[in-house]
Amino acid sequence: MSDLREDIARLVHSLHRVSREAGPMAVMEVCGTHTVSLFRSGVKAFLPESFRLVSGPGCPVCVTAQGYVDAAIELALKPGLTVATYGDMVRVPGRKGSLEDLRAKGASVLVCYSIRDAIRHAQANPGQQVVFLAVGFETTAPATAAAVLEAERLGVGNFSVLSGHKLVMPAVEALLSAGDVPLDGFLLPGHVSVIVGSRAFVPVAERFAKPAVVTGFEPEQMLRGLLRLAELVAQRRPAIENVYGVAVAEEGNPVAMAFIERVFEPVDAEWRALGVIPASGLGFRERFAAFDAARRFALTFGADYDPPGCLCGNVIQGKAMPGDCPHFARGCTPRRPIGPCMVSSEGTCAAWFKYGRNFRHLPPPVLAAG
Amino acid sequence: MCLGIPGEILRISGDGVSRTAHVDFQGSQVEVSLSLVPEAAAGDWVLVHAGYALTLLDAAEAAETWRWLDKAEMAREVGSAVPPRAGEERP
Amino acid sequence: MTPAKAASRAGSRNDDEVQVVLAHGGGGEMTKRLVEGHILSRFANPLLSPLTDAAVFPEMRGQVCFSTDSFVVQPLEFPGGDIGRLAVCGTVNDVAVMGADVMGLSLALVLEEGLLFSTLDRILDSVAAAAREAGVPIVTGDTKVVERRHGDGLTITTAGVGRRVDGVELGPWRIRPGDRIIVSGGLAEHGLAVMSAREGLGFDTSIRSDAAPLNGLVRAVLEAGPGLRFLRDPTRGGLAGLLVDLSEETGLCVELEEEALPLTPAVRAASEMLGLDPLSIANEGKLVLVASPDAAPRVLELCHQHPLGRRAALVGTFTEASPPLVELVTRAGGRRIVLRPYGEDLPRIC
Repeated sequence: MSDLREDIARLVHSLHRVSREAGPMAVMEVCGTHTVSLFRSGVKAFLPESFRLVSGPGCPVCVTAQGYVDAAIELALKPGLTVATYGDMVRVPGRKGSLEDLRAKGASVLVCYSIRDAIRHAQANPGQQVVFLAVGFETTAPATAAAVLEAERLGVGNFSVLSGHKLVMPAVEALLSAGDVPLDGFLLPGHVSVIVGSRAFVPVAERFAKPAVVTGFEPEQMLRGLLRLAELVAQRRPAIENVYGVAVAEEGNPVAMAFIERVFEPVDAEWRALGVIPASGLGFRERFAAFDAARRFALTFGADYDPPGCLCGNVIQGKAMPGDCPHFARGCTPRRPIGPCMVSSEGTCAAWFKYGRNFRHLPPPVLAAG
Repeated sequence: MCLGIPGEILRISGDGVSRTAHVDFQGSQVEVSLSLVPEAAAGDWVLVHAGYALTLLDAAEAAETWRWLDKAEMAREVGSAVPPRAGEERP
Repeated sequence: MTPAKAASRAGSRNDDEVQVVLAHGGGGEMTKRLVEGHILSRFANPLLSPLTDAAVFPEMRGQVCFSTDSFVVQPLEFPGGDIGRLAVCGTVNDVAVMGADVMGLSLALVLEEGLLFSTLDRILDSVAAAAREAGVPIVTGDTKVVERRHGDGLTITTAGVGRRVDGVELGPWRIRPGDRIIVSGGLAEHGLAVMSAREGLGFDTSIRSDAAPLNGLVRAVLEAGPGLRFLRDPTRGGLAGLLVDLSEETGLCVELEEEALPLTPAVRAASEMLGLDPLSIANEGKLVLVASPDAAPRVLELCHQHPLGRRAALVGTFTEASPPLVELVTRAGGRRIVLRPYGEDLPRIC
């Protein structure tokens, strides 16, 4: 057995033991990447059946309200304008189709690995307006902030950003306050924590008296995090712990936080299905109005809507499982998605479509002697 | 939320918000912004997300956490910082 | 001449000497100059040289295999290859995996007005080199010129004719539970190499497209005899696409071992960085071979003895389990389902 398999096997056995002692528990995976990584790594199959994982609002594409999507589509329809975006957003359907559909009809849509690629494109095409769709949580927001400052320094006047950035904690607090989903603890997003620090979650844990563990995305990391969480739940200790110490410090990355502070301010933001959550989004400060695409193009965001019958709203809140939705795997598939939970690769419905059907639990792997 | 992977800084250019590094990911090189980690230096390992380094990483800890990193490759570059696992040979 | 030099020289030479113009497709003097000067000069061979309307093959007995493909890859040139190499290897491989000797290829070019001759010449050199490597002549062809459209430059269609080796029977219907799955070498290299050259994603990489003609390797593994059940090359859709197809075609389950997959650290890292699954990424110089448990060691040995099969590895097994799915035993020792990839893989933040 490889080193990794041995380490995994040991952790799985410990998790089963703690789980037996503690009884059934429900834990929220705040981050969509954890949902998918647990499946992809094969580790999910080893979790005890009594250990339930509930998906949270941690998929930026899934929680982006339709108003933002439709505004992006309107921009793509403008001649002389290129919409630059991370790959995640390209297939989200709006009223007039998705960016991918529009690109097929001749709209200028550039898929980027980094926002800096969009700045370079703007520099190379001075006659074109380039608008970058900035979605993502605190992991990605510092990059947007730094990019705007870089564009300012370089004098790239034909570049602007449509901010769809959101903050994780206000959404988690809103969900907890609603009290609809009984939870015993939280698996905290590893890379958001790199920026905001593990201590950012302390107020929420204290207020709701639940334990939470910051963990990374490698299989051993996730199992360590789940084990620690199970132990804290069993001990009824509402502590915040961090097993991703290689990347996450208690205070996070203050330089990155300062960038966010400098360029953005907290604004009320509309979340799909969760409605408007106060101070949960990031909007450009007045000082950077020149780079705000919403101001530059006088955009207004229409009301949020879910396609008829779509349960994405409930799925995001952890109130429904993908299988509960009448469209799941019938009218709604990754190839022809109806709602964002299916179109986003880290959406809960997409994860369940790819890995959750025909999913089976495995017994804990046999341990090597010793 | 977040795809972030470890890479090694090869060389640095620019300053301030335009400070960038060529970061190596086991043989692929991407130009990465260092604006969020001003203390980063050539030879350092960083966690990279969407073209930005988010934090410094200790090379040995990184090898422990991201098991798919080529440890022989890392040991060659980092020197003695990455201890081989029991039974593993040094290159 | 580098493209830059060609462009700067453009001012002192006629446009039609530097780039393709519509008149080159007119069928007259300029077409003759294009075809003779750029194309025929590279491909002389006994089947082509008569320049009759169609190539005439000597009498062939046995089963004839025939395949065609069109190539529209963007960008035209990428680390390790270009559209020309791809066009030859793609069709040679489609014919070869039937267990056939490839006898000849057709080469149809649709050139876009504005395509630089320096680019065309590089690509035609690639075609010629790939054809030589494969030992397969270009026996007939066609050239058209179209108005400038998206600035794609050119598209290529190749068709290939082959003669199936006597006694060879390869196909999904031959696969039985217990049969072993072998891949001939490193996965995901072509797709990542092409991606690295695309705008918006640009990264330098040691990863090179693996585009290669596999007819030699196929000939070598046919020595294994009837224990070799099936051959196919995992192009678009990657290994995942091919195995899901096979699982459906045979009604059998596939159990795949992640630790056994030949993935270089560079491929692993680039895939992680872009958020892509190496199983879903295209290969253009790899074989998937299915062999009986008895024949598998010999097939593996035959691969290893061939330059294109040095990193061949046993990666999975067909089983009788129900329902028919492709299941991956992960590096962590767990399991997950493998599905056909949906649509284009795009780099993501999440």
